[in-house]
Amino acid sequence: MSAAEDAREKASVRNAWYLSAPALAVLTFAACGPLLIMLVYSFLTPGQYGNVEWAFSLKGWRSILVSEDIFDPGVFVWADAHLSIFWRSVKLSILTTLLTLLIGFPTAWFIATRPPKSRPLWLFLITIPFWTNLLIRTVAIFEVIRNEGVINSLLMGAGIISAPLQITYTDTAVFIGMAYVFLPLMVLPLFASIDRFDMRLIEAAYDLYASRMAVLRRVILPIVRPGIIAGSILVFVPSLGAVVTPRILGGGKNMMIGNFIELQFGQGRNWPLGAALSMTLLVIVTVALLFYVRAANRETSHG
Amino acid sequence: MSQAIAIEARKVVKAFGQADGAVRALDDVSVEIRKGEFFTLLGPSGCGKTTLLRLIAGFEMPTDGTILLDGADITYLPPNQRPVNTVFQSYALFPHLSVAQNIAFGLQMLGKPSAEVKARTDRMLALVQMESMAGRKTSQLSGGQQQRVALARALAPQPKVLLLDEPLSALDYKLRKDMQLELKRLQLETGITFVFVTHDQEEALTMSDRVGVMSAGKLQQVGTPREIYTTPANRFVASFIGETNFLPAFAVPGGVKLDCGAVIEVAGLARQGRTTLTVRPEQVRLVDTADTGAIAATVKNLVYFGTDTHCYLALSDGAEVIARLQSPSNGDVGLQVGQNVALRFVPGAAQVLAD
Repeated sequence: MSAAEDAREKASVRNAWYLSAPALAVLTFAACGPLLIMLVYSFLTPGQYGNVEWAFSLKGWRSILVSEDIFDPGVFVWADAHLSIFWRSVKLSILTTLLTLLIGFPTAWFIATRPPKSRPLWLFLITIPFWTNLLIRTVAIFEVIRNEGVINSLLMGAGIISAPLQITYTDTAVFIGMAYVFLPLMVLPLFASIDRFDMRLIEAAYDLYASRMAVLRRVILPIVRPGIIAGSILVFVPSLGAVVTPRILGGGKNMMIGNFIELQFGQGRNWPLGAALSMTLLVIVTVALLFYVRAANRETSHG
Repeated sequence: MSQAIAIEARKVVKAFGQADGAVRALDDVSVEIRKGEFFTLLGPSGCGKTTLLRLIAGFEMPTDGTILLDGADITYLPPNQRPVNTVFQSYALFPHLSVAQNIAFGLQMLGKPSAEVKARTDRMLALVQMESMAGRKTSQLSGGQQQRVALARALAPQPKVLLLDEPLSALDYKLRKDMQLELKRLQLETGITFVFVTHDQEEALTMSDRVGVMSAGKLQQVGTPREIYTTPANRFVASFIGETNFLPAFAVPGGVKLDCGAVIEVAGLARQGRTTLTVRPEQVRLVDTADTGAIAATVKNLVYFGTDTHCYLALSDGAEVIARLQSPSNGDVGLQVGQNVALRFVPGAAQVLAD
């Protein structure tokens, strides 16, 4: 096909954009509609039994950061509990992303270096957990780490510890659970980029006096970086908004943002606060991703 | 050129696979490559030439034998500790680095100060005439340009030996010709020992100081291009380098007797019984049928190649002989298919080879 023909073809496809208008309309409505509702609700007054009353109020937004003294109206103190929930969420999400990267990279490398015939099998094994409900997978992890669970029984049976390790209902439990649940989301994009990596470049670098560490840092990591970025985003975003895993493994005490938001729409009966928290979560995710992608790209261009 | 030895392979064996089903890619290969020479390993694909190169580079370890560099044993040294660099068949340029960064890579890994890295990189860019491309990504380069960058990158750390693994095979004919001259120029300018691997006999003959012909994991012959072409050690070398005629013959005192009855003088023949006579097509002359010692033949086919014409001849016993005749200015050698002619071999050109 000539360049002119190619351009004409593209132009005619572009001019027929209206054919996809129905799909675009549905997507726009489905994506923006709920967000708009949340945005509006965050500026309203909580209703007595949940829902909202149509009276403008900034209380929802304000109570994210500060809480009013019950006995002394007009006096505000930092809402430490809220801030610690945010901090825990961000911390656990970053840790989860790092751990999945640490485990996922060798895994993806292993799969990408298998003979082409057996690769689909390995990928299939990685995706098998997706066949099961998230709730069931989380409960399974709970069974492994609980006081009478597999790990504690084995350790005690071997005489390494005398009393069971309290793992469940801690941040560690949430961290382990999320890393397990989100690991495939890291492995798959990493595999895709390692699979495209030309292994001969390793020999070339090695031939040019690079140590093993230098081969990894100067050649492999920069080239598979798009896969690392994609995998990190895919793990970090759902980690930050996780609900099921922290609820089951962290108990009621070790809440993350997702649980806190859920609470406002349920027992808390404070929909405006829940809506404001949701918007805050959205902003945190967006800002974090912008920083991350920009930093990653800067490193790439400076090689 | 000094006669000091840069690379020496001693009784090198490389087997792939398990003990019983093992394939011997290299079977007891010994060779000495002199300092500052352009040495070519020539052979068909699968003959072991690339394996030998990879053993010298350190990407693989031999099953048996020793490899020496400047007299020191480097058999088990990893590639990043050998002052030997490779130009890969696929070039293997780093796609995330610019042309200049690619060239600087080896120097940086050696921990050279940045001023020296910069200066040497600039010199290398000039050497391969790529100064204007220094900032480009390698994906924006043509095949020939990538080739130059790969060369500059491998030459930048000033290796004692440069290994080239069929570096020209991906280029088109015209570019390949240019790069052959370029490679020869770089080799003379830098004085570095080049070990060049190719399956292209023309490339081997035109560029090399010496050629090692390989087949089936064994080194068949080592010599200058002229030696290899004019006095091939065996039947494989004779047939792989250039075209040649093989004629079944029988040893007689002072020479051999062809099956058609003609006797050809061959000096110093030690063999007895049945053997094979070989003679290059350009050493076959068409002569007058009345000449004494002329061998009768019939023209079977004529193929025009431009500068010369290949004349396919059949002897009286049916054996085929190809004669390469220089095409006259009008391109017509004046022969017809079916015509009866006579031929003779240029004295001394016919040889009897070991199989």
